[in-house]
Amino acid sequence: MCVAVPAQIESIEGQKATVNLAGARADVAVTLTPEAGVGDYVLVHAGFAIAVVDPEEARKTFSILREMGALDGR
Amino acid sequence: MAHGGGGQLTAELIAGVILPAVGGQDPAALTDAAALPAGEGTILFTTDSYVVQPLEFPGGDIGKLAVCGTINDLAVAGACPVALSLALVLEEGLEIALLRRVLASAGRAARGAGAAIVTGDTKVVERRGEPGMTVNTAGVGHALPGADLSFTRVAAGDAVVLSGPLGQHGLAVMSRREGLGIAADLLSDCAPIHELTAALVSQLGADVKWMRDPTRGGLAATLAELAAGAGRNVEVRQDAIPADPTALAAAEMLGLDLLTVANEGKLVAVVAPGAAGRAVEVLRGFDIAAGAAAIGTVGDAADLPLVEMLTRAGGRRIVQMPYGEELPRIC
Amino acid sequence: MSATSAIRDRLLAAWARLGGGPERACQIMEVCGTHTVAASRSGLRDLLPEGLRLISGPGCPVCVTDQSYIDRAVHLARRRAEVTVATYGDMVRVPGRDGSLEEARAAGADVRTVYAAAEAVALARRRPDRHVVFLGIGFETTAPGAAMAIEQAREERLTNFSVLSSHKRLLPVMRALLAEDDVRIDGFLCPGHVSVIIGSAAFQPIVARHRVPCVVAGFEDEQILLGVERIVRQLADGAPAAENVYPPVRPEGNPIAREVIERVFVPADDRWRGLGDIPDSGLAVRETFADFDTARRFDLPPEESYELPGCRCGDVIAGRLLPTDCPLFGRRCTPGSPVGPCMVSSEGSCAAYYRYHYRGR
Repeated sequence: MCVAVPAQIESIEGQKATVNLAGARADVAVTLTPEAGVGDYVLVHAGFAIAVVDPEEARKTFSILREMGALDGR
Repeated sequence: MAHGGGGQLTAELIAGVILPAVGGQDPAALTDAAALPAGEGTILFTTDSYVVQPLEFPGGDIGKLAVCGTINDLAVAGACPVALSLALVLEEGLEIALLRRVLASAGRAARGAGAAIVTGDTKVVERRGEPGMTVNTAGVGHALPGADLSFTRVAAGDAVVLSGPLGQHGLAVMSRREGLGIAADLLSDCAPIHELTAALVSQLGADVKWMRDPTRGGLAATLAELAAGAGRNVEVRQDAIPADPTALAAAEMLGLDLLTVANEGKLVAVVAPGAAGRAVEVLRGFDIAAGAAAIGTVGDAADLPLVEMLTRAGGRRIVQMPYGEELPRIC
Repeated sequence: MSATSAIRDRLLAAWARLGGGPERACQIMEVCGTHTVAASRSGLRDLLPEGLRLISGPGCPVCVTDQSYIDRAVHLARRRAEVTVATYGDMVRVPGRDGSLEEARAAGADVRTVYAAAEAVALARRRPDRHVVFLGIGFETTAPGAAMAIEQAREERLTNFSVLSSHKRLLPVMRALLAEDDVRIDGFLCPGHVSVIIGSAAFQPIVARHRVPCVVAGFEDEQILLGVERIVRQLADGAPAAENVYPPVRPEGNPIAREVIERVFVPADDRWRGLGDIPDSGLAVRETFADFDTARRFDLPPEESYELPGCRCGDVIAGRLLPTDCPLFGRRCTPGSPVGPCMVSSEGSCAAYYRYHYRGR
C-alpha cells in the first residue's frame, strides 16, 4: 500500500546501495534483495529495495523510465 | 506550521486575522505588489520574508532567494525593479562565513537584476536549534509602459503559459534535508524573471493579461488563485506541462505531487488566445525559460471556479488549492 | 494509438462479452490506498464503461487503524516528556479524542515525521536522552522495514527505541470483506507492492474458495487499466483466477522479507475501523522483542474504540459507501477540517475524491 519507485543501483557497499532514478539518488538497504547487483533495477520503498526488476520490463511498466529515455536519449 | 504553506490556510490567516487587524482592503484585490501613484507614474511596492532551511541549498541560498523573490513579485506586477531593502534577523551562533556568502549572493542577485540594495537592518536574537536567519526584503519598481495586468482582464479563451519545468526549487531544498535520504542532481531554479516579464509586456502589450510566479504551493496554488480571482474555470493539459525527469523522480520517491512543489524562477502568464505562440517564442529566447509551453486555457465564468486537468490517460481530475504543508507521503 | 487506449478497447470488448452495462453492474474493489489515489489522480475512473465501478476498500493503513491507536500515540506525545513520536507524515493530522499529533506538536510535544523506520532508529541512536516511539502502520510492504528496525535496535543494544505496532495483514481482511453481506465485490484489484512481498500465489486460496478474480497490478495508468481488463475478462470467461500483470511481483513473493516479518512479528487478532475484530489480521511484536514493543514498555491507556460523531469512514472503508455519498463530505468534512481519517490521510478515499473529483456541488 505504499509508494515505491524503480531505480538503478549505482554502487553497493555491504547491505547498502546507492540507487539512481533520473539523477535523484537515494541510499537504500538491499537486505531484502541479496541477488541485486550494480546496474540492476530495483523497486524501492521507504529506504529498502524490495524486488529486482528486469530492465526491459521496468521500462515497459514505469513511465518515468520511458520519459527519461525520451528526454535525453538514454 | 501549515498556515505558512502558501495554500488555503495561509489565505485564511491573511483574510481572517491579518487584514481585519490592519484595516486592510478587500483580499480579492491583493496582488503580490501594491501599485502606488507617484507623481506622473506609478510605483510598485512589495515585501516578503524568507525562512528557508537549510540556508544554503543546491543552486542558491537564502540571500539569493530573498532578492529574487522580491524582484519577481515586482516583475509579475509589471514593474521594472529599482531598489530593495534587506533586513536580517540573525540567530546567535550563525557562522560569519555563511553570513558573508549569503550577503554576497544577495548582492550579486540584485546587481544581476539591475536593482540596488539601498537600505537594510540587522538584528541578532537567541537561537532556536540550528542557528538560522530570517530575511525580509521590500522592493520598489516603476510600472512598465503598456503593462495592464489584472484579474478583470482575464477572459474566456485566454491561454495559460508556463515558462518551464516544475518543482526544482522545492525538491532541491528537500533533497538536502536531513533524514529524507534523497540527494538529487537538482539545482533550485531560483532566478530573477524580470527579463521574461519585461519582454512579454514589451512584445505582447495588452495581450498579456495577468502574471504570477508559482512559489509556495506550486503551480496548483497559482492556478487556484487565477481561477478564484478571475471567477473562471481553468483547464490545463497534463501532457503539455514541461517536465524535468529528475524533479519528477525525486517527487515520486517522496510521494509528492509536482504541481504543489515550490518554484523560484518560473512564470505563469495568461495571454490573449492568439498570442500564445508568440508568448512561448518570446520566453524560449531566455535560458531560464527554454522549456516554456502553453499548458491550458481559461474557461467560462463560474460561481465555484474550478481548475481541471486533462490527464495523460484521457480522463479528468481537479487541481485543488493545496491545504497547507505538503508532507512527504509514504504509506 | 496509445497503450492505454489499446487496453481500454480490450476492456470494452470484454465488458461487452460479459454483457456489462448499467443494468448488469460490476464492482471491483481495490484494496490499496495507493491504487485509490492513482485511479483518481490519473482520471482513469472516467475511462471505465457505465456500470463498471472501481470502489475502494480498506487499503489506507491510516484509515483502517482504530481510534484507540491514535489516542495512545497522542497520549505518549503529550504526557511522556521523554518520548519522541516518530511517524509517517499521514498520521500526523488524524483527529483523536485529545486532538491530533500535529496539535500535540503545536503544544510542545516532540513529534517528528520520518520517511522510514530506519530513520526513527537513527533518531534514537543520536538522542539517548529521548525514547523514540515509532508508529508502525502499514501492510506487508512496510512491516519488513519496521521488523528490521527492531532487529537493528537490538543489535545496537538501544534501550530507547520501540514500535507501537498497528501493522495489518491483507488476506484476512479480504476474507472478512467477502463475508460481509452488504458489499458486492465482483473482483479484487490487488496491491502491487504488498504482492511483491506476499507473492501473487497468495491469492489462490481466496480464488479457490470464493470464486472471485484477484488480479495484481502496479500503479501506473496502464497497469490499473490492465488489471481491470483482466478481471472483466475473467468474469466474461467465467474463469476466476489469481493473476498478475505487475513485473516486479513473483508468485512466491519475497521470501526473505517474509522471514524478517516472521522473526519479529506474530499474527494477532486486530480491530479494523468499519470492520470490527478480524482474527489474525494484525502483526504484534513477539515476546522475544518485548523491549522494543511500545505496548509493553509503557503504561498505555486501555484500547477503547469509539466512533467519531457522524463519521462514516468505517462504511467507506468497507466499500458500503462512496465518499461522495457521505452526508458530511464536502460540507462538515473537508481536508481543511477533516472529521475522520479517510479525509485526512493522503491515501484515504475521501481525500482522493475531494482532491481530484470534488466540484463543490
